[in-house]
Amino acid sequence: MSGRPSPNGRTHSRITAASGGVLAKRDSPSWDEITRTVVDARLATPNAARFLGPSHWRALVALCACVVPQHNATESGDRIPVAALVDGKLLEDRRDGFRDARLPPLRDAWSIGLAALDAECESAYGQPLADLSDEQRRAIVTRMQHGELKHRAWRGMPCEVFFTKRVLHDVCSAYYAHPAAWDELGFGGPANPRGYVRLGFDRHDPWEAPARRDANEAARGERDDER
Amino acid sequence: MSAEARQEPRGKNGRAPDVFHRGGWIPMREYSPDEEVDFAIVGTGAGGATLACRLAEAGFRVVAFDAGAWWRPLEEFASDETHQAKLYWTDERIVDGENPLQLGSNNSGKAVGGSMVHFAMVSLRFRPEWFQSRTKLGYGVDWPLDWREMWRYYTEVEHTLGISGPVRYPWGPKRPRYPYRPHEVNAAGLVLARGCEALGIPWTPTPLATLSAPRGDAHQCVYRGFCVSGCSTNAKQSTLVTWIPRAVHAGAEIRDLAMVGRIEVGENGLASGVHFHREGRWQFQRARNVVVAGYAIETPRLLLMSANGRFPHGLANSSGLVGKNLMVQANQAAWGTMREEIRWYKAPPSLALTEHWNYTDEGKDFFGGYCYMSQGPLPVVWAATQTSRGLWGDALVSEMAKYNHQAGLKIVGETLPQERNRVTLADEKDGLGLPVARVTWSMCDNDRRLVRHALDYMRRALAAAGATGIWTQDDDTCHLNGTARMGFDRETSVVNADCRSWDIPNLWICDGSVFPTVGGVNPSLTIQAIACRTADRIRALAARGEL
Repeated sequence: MSGRPSPNGRTHSRITAASGGVLAKRDSPSWDEITRTVVDARLATPNAARFLGPSHWRALVALCACVVPQHNATESGDRIPVAALVDGKLLEDRRDGFRDARLPPLRDAWSIGLAALDAECESAYGQPLADLSDEQRRAIVTRMQHGELKHRAWRGMPCEVFFTKRVLHDVCSAYYAHPAAWDELGFGGPANPRGYVRLGFDRHDPWEAPARRDANEAARGERDDER
Repeated sequence: MSAEARQEPRGKNGRAPDVFHRGGWIPMREYSPDEEVDFAIVGTGAGGATLACRLAEAGFRVVAFDAGAWWRPLEEFASDETHQAKLYWTDERIVDGENPLQLGSNNSGKAVGGSMVHFAMVSLRFRPEWFQSRTKLGYGVDWPLDWREMWRYYTEVEHTLGISGPVRYPWGPKRPRYPYRPHEVNAAGLVLARGCEALGIPWTPTPLATLSAPRGDAHQCVYRGFCVSGCSTNAKQSTLVTWIPRAVHAGAEIRDLAMVGRIEVGENGLASGVHFHREGRWQFQRARNVVVAGYAIETPRLLLMSANGRFPHGLANSSGLVGKNLMVQANQAAWGTMREEIRWYKAPPSLALTEHWNYTDEGKDFFGGYCYMSQGPLPVVWAATQTSRGLWGDALVSEMAKYNHQAGLKIVGETLPQERNRVTLADEKDGLGLPVARVTWSMCDNDRRLVRHALDYMRRALAAAGATGIWTQDDDTCHLNGTARMGFDRETSVVNADCRSWDIPNLWICDGSVFPTVGGVNPSLTIQAIACRTADRIRALAARGEL
């Protein structure tokens, strides 16, 4: 299966500049020095916990695999070390500038939420989140989204608020900040000093990746479905 | 590259960063804390920087403070949504109410230049009737300002920022030509145009504060599309590259990494200066006048934190209105999938707009108005938009894969002032031991009706433009205004038309906080126009000995 946690401690391998991908432009005029520094640091993030303890880390890896499944993971693990990027946010205590009054501060919310998820899984399935099947994980996350988890381990934190304002926010911002995710979208990536010239319908500059055929088909398929 | 801008102040030792040259410096006048300057201004965004510049140019001795860093965009702004969070106010704030707000990247800057460093550059004038919305339109409250006077100040600001705009603007009274020609409209904008034309309403290229031709040390926009993460080419005409260099040149001192925590008020009931934290210690700057320009959360926070024996409920608060009537703007959207490739990440995000529903009063079941604009969210923001409708797992990943075929229409919609929407002080403290702000916001029925009208209309417009799979984003907001409203008397407002507080004659408030209503356009142009007017009024009052 795809969403399994990759082994702890493994350094995430540097993504090669796949043809047409965002990283192929790294040494082109589309990237400037500070952008190279910033993205290189992100790519060098070790796929391991630096802040969370072992049980919280296992739960986070499993939760990330459920929220942003990586079906095309390679032999060496997931292409995007999303749990490690979230863990890095906790390590630096990088806050967003607002906090729903129903939630404790960033680190406390994650600490309580991950422990509570494991407690819910133990009571429902007799195992922590990380040891559940994909289907079981999705079932528990769905119940979290719908506000149905009430174990006292939540310590009064509404599980659906934790899910919406912390899990989805932190996990998806980490995932879609990674060049491999940009390539899934067909996003052009960094663009300085060279920006773009061709702005109209169905136009792309020579330094942009060509259209993704599957995305085009998805767009057209949706259209046909509705007719 | 010199030391990181957030590690130590750059505006000191008689010099300031030159934003137009890598590693460059320009000379800056410095004042001693013991010298009683004419104006201590708290905040260097659209209100504070504009006022600092205009007052310095009028010959006043000005020191302006900003809690944030003084960046050099050319070498320090990465093409990266995540890294650029360094421009946002990410200190803790607590949000509650029925519709808790998103702050931080959404609407709150912490940098010299304020939120304009990451604003979307949309530079619109108010509809004239909004300055008298109670009298002319039957809702909200009237402003103590005359729209014709504001029209002249809008012109000044549009020239200062080199706004690029259409030759003929389709709505409102005649306005002068924009100084720069409009930008080419990208595919995302052309979707808006198609929809408007199909439904029979006007649209226009958006008046934008980004250059369409070279100007001074800045070249024209190269359509990178990272505008709301900070412009690394200086094409964006933010406060950081317009008002602030001009202010420094005119003799103002700007102090970066300087958080003002308290305004001192003496026995005589007058402000005597500000306590600010810089380089690890609290310091005091003496001043004959204090201007608060921290935007609609930090401004009331500072006024409330400065409570003392004589003003136990906070400064300028005899009306009890400081912190109340917080107004955001509705920012809901309709999204859909196009057969064509759109690639909305290219060029400024909102190149086309319609103000039809700002200027049309018929066919509405609500007060107020809204404009809507084309959109270009980058991946992290787009993911947040998709998760806001509850998507995750395979459903999220496959929706995200349609990225290059997405188009969207998003409103900037008027919300009504309500006293229950407010900024108060929480028990929790920040890193300096100051109470953090608690921000409470709930929609009212009128807000909900406006949003419903807009979403219905934008759905039709997107469908008419050829989009399929249309869905609506029902819960977003933008901008922050109110909380220290201007008005006609001390019972029902905090400041007068000159932004002068009723209670303390040498305490002024000059930012979006003073808006009595918000209208349906982005506020920055109006904030700057008010600041220009305030500077002229201060000069006139000083000449008459009434300062």
